[in-house]
Amino acid sequence: MSHIVSHEPILMKFPGTNWDEEAGALVVPTAQAVAIATWLRDNDAFSLDYCSNVTGVDYLEREIKEKITNKEGKMETVARTEPSRMDVVYHLYSMQKQTGPLVFKQRTNREQPEVESLTPVWRSCELQEREVFDLFGVNFKGHPDQRRILMWDEFEGHPMRKDYTEPFDYEWEPTPHDEILEKHQRGKVIV
Amino acid sequence: MTTEKLKAGMNLDDTTRSELERAGVIVSQVDSLYNWARGGSVWPLTFGLACCAIEMIASATSRFDISRFGSEVFRPSPRQADLMIVSGTVTKKMAPQVVRIYNQMPEPKWVIAMGACAISGGPFKQGYNVLKGIDRYIPVDVYLPGCPPRPEAVLQSLNYLQEKIRTQDIKSDPAFTKGRRQYPVPEFTGKDLEPPYNPEVWQPPANPNIKPLEEVTT
Repeated sequence: MSHIVSHEPILMKFPGTNWDEEAGALVVPTAQAVAIATWLRDNDAFSLDYCSNVTGVDYLEREIKEKITNKEGKMETVARTEPSRMDVVYHLYSMQKQTGPLVFKQRTNREQPEVESLTPVWRSCELQEREVFDLFGVNFKGHPDQRRILMWDEFEGHPMRKDYTEPFDYEWEPTPHDEILEKHQRGKVIV
Repeated sequence: MTTEKLKAGMNLDDTTRSELERAGVIVSQVDSLYNWARGGSVWPLTFGLACCAIEMIASATSRFDISRFGSEVFRPSPRQADLMIVSGTVTKKMAPQVVRIYNQMPEPKWVIAMGACAISGGPFKQGYNVLKGIDRYIPVDVYLPGCPPRPEAVLQSLNYLQEKIRTQDIKSDPAFTKGRRQYPVPEFTGKDLEPPYNPEVWQPPANPNIKPLEEVTT
């Protein structure tokens, strides 16, 4: 399974898609996601018939410092702010051609995250998309049975999000350390 | 052999007892006879939650053979089991079902909390989704530490439990005086389980670094 799937034909066929060189991932506009996924599955050149993994990635707004060469030919450090975003990542393989993985990403915002469900294309996405819905709060349009899978139905919040705050239920420990020490110093002992 | 000694059957020492046994007379108490029989056939519940369950299963295989201690009959129904081995991480989502299964078991019943997670939450203690020990909701008889404990340790915990069973006093034990013990099943809320623990069986540990309120005010 080490044969790399070439992405150029996909970019040629669907001009809206991008190749993220750093991540090695195909970034797909949400509106076209189902069409592209169906094409990747049915096209004989790809036959990506198996989706092995679905997960979410949460990016908070952050500052990135980059070293660039300015007009005068000197090195310069420039800071820029990268806006927050939410990615849904799919790892696609072809069982037929023994190729893969192709990393397939749908990108959305953090505030009202919504992407197209690929469960109609690959049945194996169903439970994993439910997991992403549960832990990241991403809404999957067209998912046949979207509800929480790991946490209970009454649970509030999405634990895998970067800004999730867990309930404060620290109780006394003899050797607190790191984050636990912080909780320890807050002093209150409740269960 | 005096008659006083026979009357006070409890005070019969082991040498006299074995002497009598050689003569074909068995002198015993109802308690010890009952407890001997029950301790020799503890039926565990077929029930696993995480990786500890694999070690529990291994203790039933021919290499370790839990049947040497009379506990090979793993029952698939709580109605037929005496022993609940809570083997593995109890997530908050699973905790109500564990309590419910415990409630369904008939008396007398015992619980072994197997592994760091079942005892205290283990490495997941400070997380958001793991119960900090099953003893918050049901009474635990033997705590079996390890991550996971080896099958030998499972067998040893069973030995400890049998020892405990053998010293049980039938007249005062809650298993025989209170009827079937049932504990409230916790309910899900937005953040946590409600109630977070059952005060009847468990109280939060006191922080030795915090002075009691009376001392602070005076």
